[in-house]
Amino acid sequence: MTLLKIESLSVEFPTPDGLVKAVDQVSFEVNAGETLAIVGESGSGKTVTNLALMGLIPKRTANILGSAKFESTDGVVNLINSNQKELRKLRGREIAMIFQDPMSSLHPFYTIGDQIIEAHQIHNEVDIKVSRARTIELLEMVGIQGAESRMAAFPHQFSGGMRQRVMIAMALVNNPSLLIADEPTTALDVTVQAQIMKLLRDLQKELKMAMILITHDMGVVAGTANRVNVMYAGRIVESAKVRDLYANPLMPYTQGLLASVPRMDRTKIGRLSAIPGQPPSLISLPSGCSFNPRCNRKTEVESGKCESQMPELRLRADEHLVRCFAGEGA
Amino acid sequence: MLSYISRRLAVSFIILLTVSFAVYVIFAFLPYDPAALTCGKTCNDPGIIEANRHRLGYDLPFFTQYFLFLKGLLFGRSFGEGAAMITCPAPSLGYSFQEHACVTNVISEALPVTVSLALGALVMWLALGVGLGILAARFRGRIVDQLSTIFVLIGTSLPTFLTGLMLLVFVVIKWHIMPFPAGNYTPFLENPFEWAQILLLPWITLAFAYAALYTRFVRSAVIDTSNEDYIRTARAKGLSEGVILGKHTLRAALAPIATMAGLDFAGLLGGAILTESVFNLPGIGRLAINSVVNIDLPIIVATTLLAALFVVIMNLLVDILYAFIDPRVRVV
Repeated sequence: MTLLKIESLSVEFPTPDGLVKAVDQVSFEVNAGETLAIVGESGSGKTVTNLALMGLIPKRTANILGSAKFESTDGVVNLINSNQKELRKLRGREIAMIFQDPMSSLHPFYTIGDQIIEAHQIHNEVDIKVSRARTIELLEMVGIQGAESRMAAFPHQFSGGMRQRVMIAMALVNNPSLLIADEPTTALDVTVQAQIMKLLRDLQKELKMAMILITHDMGVVAGTANRVNVMYAGRIVESAKVRDLYANPLMPYTQGLLASVPRMDRTKIGRLSAIPGQPPSLISLPSGCSFNPRCNRKTEVESGKCESQMPELRLRADEHLVRCFAGEGA
Repeated sequence: MLSYISRRLAVSFIILLTVSFAVYVIFAFLPYDPAALTCGKTCNDPGIIEANRHRLGYDLPFFTQYFLFLKGLLFGRSFGEGAAMITCPAPSLGYSFQEHACVTNVISEALPVTVSLALGALVMWLALGVGLGILAARFRGRIVDQLSTIFVLIGTSLPTFLTGLMLLVFVVIKWHIMPFPAGNYTPFLENPFEWAQILLLPWITLAFAYAALYTRFVRSAVIDTSNEDYIRTARAKGLSEGVILGKHTLRAALAPIATMAGLDFAGLLGGAILTESVFNLPGIGRLAINSVVNIDLPIIVATTLLAALFVVIMNLLVDILYAFIDPRVRVV
């Protein structure tokens, strides 16, 4: 079942230097219960896409176009043209978010118990005792020892990993059908990263919720996601099942990303490869394919084509979409 | 928490002791003869001077004098003997020959005026500054914000003596909106209406300048806090903008304002010198100025100590209050 269907989503920020197209004509779907990863470098539009879905980009500062139809319990809602009141009902109840930096994402002046109880109380007209019990249940579920007494603790009394567990408990308190995790492990130590990702995977299975995992860490993607969207300069450049993407990346950018991940199973020991150049400025994108100045497979395409035309996102194999002239055949 | 407070109290006590000693050193080593000053500017009768010197203990060694001063604070103090004996009960800050009164009495007459002035102004500037600051932040770039910027600019650049004089000239003298308030301070308990009427213009004068500063400060604090990650979290929870502002943003944004207000208030309690002078209010500030002009040494010492006392006490209160607001600074 399709839980979220995004069609031609664009987010543009007018600035004194010109129009910044942070997200350009992005379309994808999220099915109930699956994990969709969105990967890409900083500035590729991953986070803006999801902030736009949550209605967290102030309307005054941006032009948001397209549609995002979400299957809520009260019927289909288009997240893009809903007003704040309608979105507030969904936020935290059906669509929850966890953020990159757990150190700063919790309010420093309130106990973690109060913050989770608050999240439960807004969407449920129940006695505070019920919310309390639910909070304890959630804290135990995310693996916080002595949940009942830890509820009275303040965020600064927790480590980074523990705070991210608290954030997860808060996000899940209302049993959302979609969890948007925006780089949930980037700010954490490597060992803690693995624990948090395992926790997210386990909880997702248990609660049967869908997850959009935003990350730049290809290692995190491999272990968690069902499908992957690779974004570059505000556009989706490749979309495939995770297995297909790793086995057979078709877009030169994805190939570069995968080649830059250190791997234990590689026999040849050499330097890690890197993609040459910098991500382009979103104000003055290169003409044609945005990736062409950094691309190493331009020679496979007739000369000048990559510089003059933007390739379409085309179906190459089963559920495998690619935006590249190279290997297109025709 | 209790051990924190008692530790802070002990430190505060040491600070006050140091201040009192420093002030006393200045007092003792100023190029004036305190005894000569006791009998007026034109007096040079060595008999009276020496008698007063003995009566006030100015003939004793420096450390003995300081010790007697401290002892007087705790147990009261008598000057002279027999029928001419003057007794100043504890806490005695000495005796002013120019006022012909115990310094403590002089101070306690002036203090209610200054406290009334400072308290009223504090309420006004907090209401105006915090309110306007929040509005300006909430409607950033819109007309309210622009008006507040103009207000901040005028308020911070007009000196209080000018605001005060302008209020007097226009409101009282030209437009006759209010009666001339000069010097006839009425205690609150005697006639609250008259009390407020006399203090209204001084309050406005002081509040105007402070409110402008607070508006600017609150505006930027609220804007900074709105950009915090935990405010985004609050929004992601589905809270309404009103709750986010009232419960999440303001709690964090206004915490530093408590510190600021406490210290500004302490400063004013030490004497709002300009405002009290312009409106001729018999408060601590005017007392301090007059004592400096007349070289009334016991009063100079007392007003300086008092100002230090207020700063120390308010610092302590603000720190304790802050620990209640912000759990991160709470000491177990």
